[in-house]
Amino acid sequence: MAKPKLKEHRINREWCKGCGICVAFCPKNVLELDEKDKAVAVRPEDCIACRLCELRCPDLAIEIIVEDEHGIENKIRSGQ
Amino acid sequence: MAVKDYLRERFFPHIWCAGCGHGIVLNSLIRAVEKLGMSKNEIVMVSGIGCSSRISGYVDFHTLHTIHGRALAFATGVKMSKPELNVIVPMGDGDALAIGGNHFIHAARRNIDITAIVMNNRIYGMTGGQYSPLSGYGTLATTAPYKNIDQSFDTVQLATAAGATFVARTTTYHVQQLTDLIRRAILHEGFSVLEVMTQCPTYFGRKNKLGGAVEMMKYMQKATTPIGSKAKQKNPELIERGVFVEKEQPEYCSEYEKIIQRAMASGS
Repeated sequence: MAKPKLKEHRINREWCKGCGICVAFCPKNVLELDEKDKAVAVRPEDCIACRLCELRCPDLAIEIIVEDEHGIENKIRSGQ
Repeated sequence: MAVKDYLRERFFPHIWCAGCGHGIVLNSLIRAVEKLGMSKNEIVMVSGIGCSSRISGYVDFHTLHTIHGRALAFATGVKMSKPELNVIVPMGDGDALAIGGNHFIHAARRNIDITAIVMNNRIYGMTGGQYSPLSGYGTLATTAPYKNIDQSFDTVQLATAAGATFVARTTTYHVQQLTDLIRRAILHEGFSVLEVMTQCPTYFGRKNKLGGAVEMMKYMQKATTPIGSKAKQKNPELIERGVFVEKEQPEYCSEYEKIIQRAMASGS
C-alpha cells in the first residue's frame, strides 16, 4: 500500500485547549502552539501522516486528512 | 463513521482540563468502537460520579450517568434485562475501587459481560484533589499535605483475584495499545477490566511537582514496560502493560438464562 500523503491538518480551534501534547509527541516536529495557545501545523511538508497527534489529542480537536494515490480525499483509520 | 459522529458535539469543548488524560481515553474508546463496527444503538455506557464519569455524557450511545461508585450495579441491571447490548462502564480509580469497591469485586466474581474501564489518575480531581485508593504511599494531595500514608491497590491483581476473566493495563501515552485493549475488552465475553493510567495535571501533577500533561505522559512511557520484558527483570519497579488475564468462564447472563429455562421446564 502506498504511503498516505497528507492533505491537511484539520484543527478545531474552538476545542483545542493548548495542552501541547500533539506538539511534544509529533515525531517530525510539525506542530506548534501559536500566540493564542492553539495547535497549528507550521511544517506540514514534514508530516508523515502517522496520526499520533490525532490519536493523542485529549480534546479530539485534530483530524488528519490524507490523499490516496488518485488524489482523492480519504480519511484513513488505524488498522485499515 | 467519523469520530464526530460518535460524539454529542453540543457539549464540546468538554469540561476536562487542558491535557487531561480522560480525553485521550474518550478518543481511543471511539476509535475502538469504530473499528469494531458497532452501531451506536448496540452500546450502553453507564458511569458513576467524577471527572472520568463525565465521559458518558459526551458519547452518542445509550448512556446512564448514575451515582457515585454504583455504576456497575446499574450496569448489571441493564445487562441482565438486555443481554444483547454491550455495556461499557468508565470509572475513576476512586469511583471503582473506593466508593464502588464492593460492586467492583462482585461484578468481577459473577463474571457478568461488562467492560469496566478504570481510569487511574491517582486522585479525586472533580472534588479538589483528595487522595484516592491509587494515589500511593508518599504522594501529596490536598488531604495529605504531609504525604499520604495509605498503600495503594494494584488494580490488576485486585481484579484478577476477584475473578475478572479479562484484565489488562495500559496508559494514555500508549494510544495504539489503548485502542486495541479497549476493543479486546469489549469483545471479551465476561467481566473485563482495563486499567488506564492517565494524567491529572491539575491536581496530581501539580501537587506532586510532576510537571504538566506532557511530562506526566513521558513519565508513564518510562515507568511502564510490556509484560514479561527484559527491562522488567532488570528493574522490578517498572509497571507492566498488556493483557494479564484472558480466560473463558461461564458468563452470568447466559447462566441466568439457563436458570430461567430450568425453572420453566420444571414449573409447569
